[in-house]
Amino acid sequence: MKAFIIKRLLLLFPVVFGVLTLVFLLIHLIPGDPVDLMLGENAQIADKETLRKQLRLDEPLGKQYLLFVGGVIRGNFGNSLHSRKPVIELILKRYPATIKLTVAAMIMALLISLPAGIYSAIRQYSFMDNSSMFFALLGVSMPNFWLGPMLMIVLSVNMGLFPISGDEGLSSIVLPAITLGTGMAAILSRMVRASMLEVISQEYIVAARAKGLSEVRVILKHALKNALVPVVTIVGLQFGALLAGAIITETIFSWPGIGRLLIQAINTRDYPLVQGCVLIISISYVLINLITDIVYSYIDPRIKLR
Amino acid sequence: MFRNKLAIVGLFIIVILVFAAVFAPYLAPSNPFEQSLKGGLNPSSQEHLLGQDKLGRDNLSRIIYGSRISVFVGLAVVGISLLIGTFIGSLAGYNGGWIDELFMRIVDILLAFPGILLAIALTSVLGPSLNNVILALCVTGWVGYARIVRGQILTVKEREYIVAARALGAKPPRIIMHHILPNILSPLIVETTFGMAAVILSEASLSFLGLGAQPPTPSWGSMLNEGVQFLLVAPHMTIFPGLAIMITVLGFNFLGDGLRDTLDVRKD
Repeated sequence: MKAFIIKRLLLLFPVVFGVLTLVFLLIHLIPGDPVDLMLGENAQIADKETLRKQLRLDEPLGKQYLLFVGGVIRGNFGNSLHSRKPVIELILKRYPATIKLTVAAMIMALLISLPAGIYSAIRQYSFMDNSSMFFALLGVSMPNFWLGPMLMIVLSVNMGLFPISGDEGLSSIVLPAITLGTGMAAILSRMVRASMLEVISQEYIVAARAKGLSEVRVILKHALKNALVPVVTIVGLQFGALLAGAIITETIFSWPGIGRLLIQAINTRDYPLVQGCVLIISISYVLINLITDIVYSYIDPRIKLR
Repeated sequence: MFRNKLAIVGLFIIVILVFAAVFAPYLAPSNPFEQSLKGGLNPSSQEHLLGQDKLGRDNLSRIIYGSRISVFVGLAVVGISLLIGTFIGSLAGYNGGWIDELFMRIVDILLAFPGILLAIALTSVLGPSLNNVILALCVTGWVGYARIVRGQILTVKEREYIVAARALGAKPPRIIMHHILPNILSPLIVETTFGMAAVILSEASLSFLGLGAQPPTPSWGSMLNEGVQFLLVAPHMTIFPGLAIMITVLGFNFLGDGLRDTLDVRKD
């Protein structure tokens, strides 16, 4: 186990290094002079030079890179061009809201997908199975930037059940969580169904039934426990993917998270903040994947042998 | 595949989409750019079946023309990604060694950016335009195809017919083009179908965020972006472009599912 974790940690370094490099290069991909784009071509030359110095664009590329990496390691992502505050401070202020939203979306997705997937598997090809798998495909195909506004019209405007936007208490998280979690619920219910179908055809399930155990006990104690092993990986990977989905969901619902901060930064051409947001979301995703791999290797020891 | 009802429905949806994209000038009831400020935000009527937008432009015509953007971006991104992915995946899978190792590390780095985050970041610095959307989606799009090709090549390259071709003096490009690729087409076809769905959804997402097609180009994502601003007074501006995206993506997903079952491709 220790060797597996060490190997997995070592593999993390080139990935983090690559992510850092790509994020650093972002500002250099801007066509023309990045300072012109941020301040406008008609800005004072003195202002342009100050910004160039602030962003260290006057230094050689290699030195800029080392300064950038050094800064990130020390937790210094530079200052926001718009608010003048440290980027890391702005991100850390918004990060908890994004985590709150992704966790709520994940819980919502699990509450829907587990019963739907299990029921579909034990009643394969029944009406309920076909309908839930049809809705799963519908959920995967539904853009969250459409589902969100539709939920707003029906549940907020027409029925007045939930606040239309913002983060004001528990009820305000329901609509964003449904919007963000629907795609994941769809993917998970298909996964749970497939995994359950594979497990319930195994001999030990037949043996459990032959022993006279009740169907509920067979499904919940013997089948589900094993069927959930591959699902854990998907849950982990999808949790990371929800961070990206949160960018759009937060924008729709004016949710004060890091995704909305990123879009605001893009709209105000606040590139140090854009870099900071992209970096933090990616590193979070990489770390979640690492944790998922380690948890998975605990649950399924065979993984370490691969 | 023709026994799979959902796959047929998917194919039908795709045929309608392509038909609408190709024959948009003949199918659209009016010019999608023609403004009529008097009719701004009007709901469905006999003259304008799906209502009008804030500038009084016909929603149905704009949705029909919007299919061109989706089809064009989908084909461009999937086509380019497929070419790049097949080339890199073949190179890595067939040669192995440091080329394969380098490829795997690049893939790891690109996969470290969840969903469309990298595409959002790239279009935000390159500037909002459809060409930049295509470029940004291709940067990450090739990875899936390359992984499939690499994986498939690893499993078939030691098979007898490949060894025989090598023994007969065939060069690697010939072996890959004539002996390996025809035998690994099934998973690529399935991935391409799902890829179209993903690209159409990504393009719409980027346009929704204002990073893709720019006004007055009728793109479903940018129409939704405009629509959300008038959600309470003109919900038709949000409902119909969203339905167009959902039905299109659903069509490709239905077809992809059907093809996967028919071609017996195991989902990773």
